[in-house]
Amino acid sequence: MKAARRSPGEVLPLLAIWVPVLVSILYVVGFTLYTVWIAFTPSTLLPEYGWVGLKNYVAILHTRNWNIAAANIVVYSVCFLALTTFLGLLLAVLLDQKLRGENVFRTIFLYPLAVSFVVTGVVWGWLLNPGIGIQKVVVGLGWTDFRFDWLVDRDRALYCIVLAGAWQASGFAMALFLAGLRSVDADLMKAAQIDGAGPLRTYRRVVLPTIWPIFIAVFVILLQFAIKTFDLAVALTGGGPGISTVLPSMVVYDFMFQRGLLGRGSAAAVLQLLMLVAVLVPYGVFRRWQTLKAARNA
Amino acid sequence: MAALRIRDLHKRFGPVEVLKGIDLEIDSGDFTVLVGPSGCGKSTLLNIIAGLEKASSGDVEIGEAVVNDIQPKDRDIAMVFQSYALYPTMTVRQNITFGMECRRVPKARQDEAVDRVAKLLQIEPLLARKPGQLSGGQRQRVAMGRALVRDPKLFLFDEPLSNLDAKLRVEMRMEIKQLHARIGSTIVYVTHDQIEAMTMATRIAVMHQGSVQQFADPDTIYNRPANLFVARFMGAPPMNTVTARLEGGPDGPVAVVGQGADAIRLPAPAAVGPDWLRRPVILGIRPECIAEPTRYFSEDPAATMTISAPVELTEPTGAETIVVLRLGGEKVLGRVAPDVRMPTGAVGRFAVDTRKICLFDPTTERLIA
Repeated sequence: MKAARRSPGEVLPLLAIWVPVLVSILYVVGFTLYTVWIAFTPSTLLPEYGWVGLKNYVAILHTRNWNIAAANIVVYSVCFLALTTFLGLLLAVLLDQKLRGENVFRTIFLYPLAVSFVVTGVVWGWLLNPGIGIQKVVVGLGWTDFRFDWLVDRDRALYCIVLAGAWQASGFAMALFLAGLRSVDADLMKAAQIDGAGPLRTYRRVVLPTIWPIFIAVFVILLQFAIKTFDLAVALTGGGPGISTVLPSMVVYDFMFQRGLLGRGSAAAVLQLLMLVAVLVPYGVFRRWQTLKAARNA
Repeated sequence: MAALRIRDLHKRFGPVEVLKGIDLEIDSGDFTVLVGPSGCGKSTLLNIIAGLEKASSGDVEIGEAVVNDIQPKDRDIAMVFQSYALYPTMTVRQNITFGMECRRVPKARQDEAVDRVAKLLQIEPLLARKPGQLSGGQRQRVAMGRALVRDPKLFLFDEPLSNLDAKLRVEMRMEIKQLHARIGSTIVYVTHDQIEAMTMATRIAVMHQGSVQQFADPDTIYNRPANLFVARFMGAPPMNTVTARLEGGPDGPVAVVGQGADAIRLPAPAAVGPDWLRRPVILGIRPECIAEPTRYFSEDPAATMTISAPVELTEPTGAETIVVLRLGGEKVLGRVAPDVRMPTGAVGRFAVDTRKICLFDPTTERLIA
């Protein structure tokens, strides 16, 4: 047999790759399909194998929780994306100025990414808590009229999650932008300098347009971060005050594990998956188109 | 009038001194080429002239005004980069007008200037395209267009042809030279290619290890190199350099190459001082000064001398044949006519153009005579 003659050195890499690949396929693809199927069944606490059609979806779409969550995720995603991109780009441009100690700053800015979402949520929860956080400190310093109580404000608590999320992810955006800025031909900056463009115009007209594919990548990665947000929000607001900051992932959790309605929960999970697909599929198509275009130009 | 004057310019990167006291004076309308091997400091010097880097000490004057602390945009210069540095997201037209846009030149004047330059460089059909859609030669033209549209006091070229293929490079070389003849601008051009330097320059500055070795017109650089570095750097194949001993003779000094029966006696330049007699020197002779015996170098019969030397190897290139021969035991190159075939190993006869022999001091490596 041919395979028997292969040396262990040849077999080992195949084993190392194929076992995890098969396991991943089983767990990711397998259980995704299982969830999709469960969403069409009348399952409650345990899976039941009947068929109810779109009943679970209709029911989910008519709950107040889901509707608030759907509205929240739109506001949250837009704000999170805008703030994180802005901060990431700002940090990257500042770091690109041939700074002394750049490595130190880069590490500091990237560090939040290494912190668990729960820790971020808890710590920002303390900071933003009017009773023990920033408001208390400033009031203690003598500004007794100072109010910073967004966390307990129904209309503003969502922005607290945006704040914490941006703190955590902007370092990551910075790393991507910085890599992009570093790939820009240094001669372009020199040419712009001789052409008489100031720093602002050089970035706005020459450098940033050159790295536009990085913007797309950052948007897509951040957007799927945002759609999946769960632990950060649970640790920071727990969906409150009331259900004002509930997010789709929390609705899924609520139906599946709190209320014991597997069918409804699965339907919510599939809806969340569709949101991700709506982001990722166009990006995949775009990437494919770009590669084709590059191949044609080369 | 000096368009550019550089006085005692030094540049240090930490403990490393990359420019060690550069002095240059470039007249208006000159095409000056800075040439030297990689790492000789020529690009750093160009960047300092442009204001993109700061000198550690010394002065740069453009049009009789010291510009040490003046921003690149206010130096009235234009630059063409090795990578062309075209703005990839702008069209060719936007690339050319960007500088004017930054300087708030009215739209009508911008269009007028673009039309003029596009016609000059024949890039009119390309104006609406993006740099990614252009060939190397077209990008090169656009990069020059961006520089020309400004009509500055000084043009700076940083190895603009090194990314082109050999054929295109020769074409662009001629075009740049013609362009210079037509518009008469002052150009400082950096290259590592000595052929580019020889063909285009009105003045050449040969640089090595952070200092200018020689600054002169191409003929002087080629025929009277100031030192051994210049002699060996310029010319392809480079100048032959062999050790010789200087002796007195009835018709003036004689350089003896080799010893005993192999020794070859060549007339040395008469200008060599008497104190060099009976001392070792380095004799330099260009390969084209060693040719087939029927070659006619000059009306003066004393200019040509015929010698015999063993042939080691021949390399026919088509246009000529390079011959490796032993001159008094030392290996040298000669260039004979293409149809001359010399059998390898046999002793051949060669005509030597003795007017162009150079002598160098073996310790300082400087030109003696």
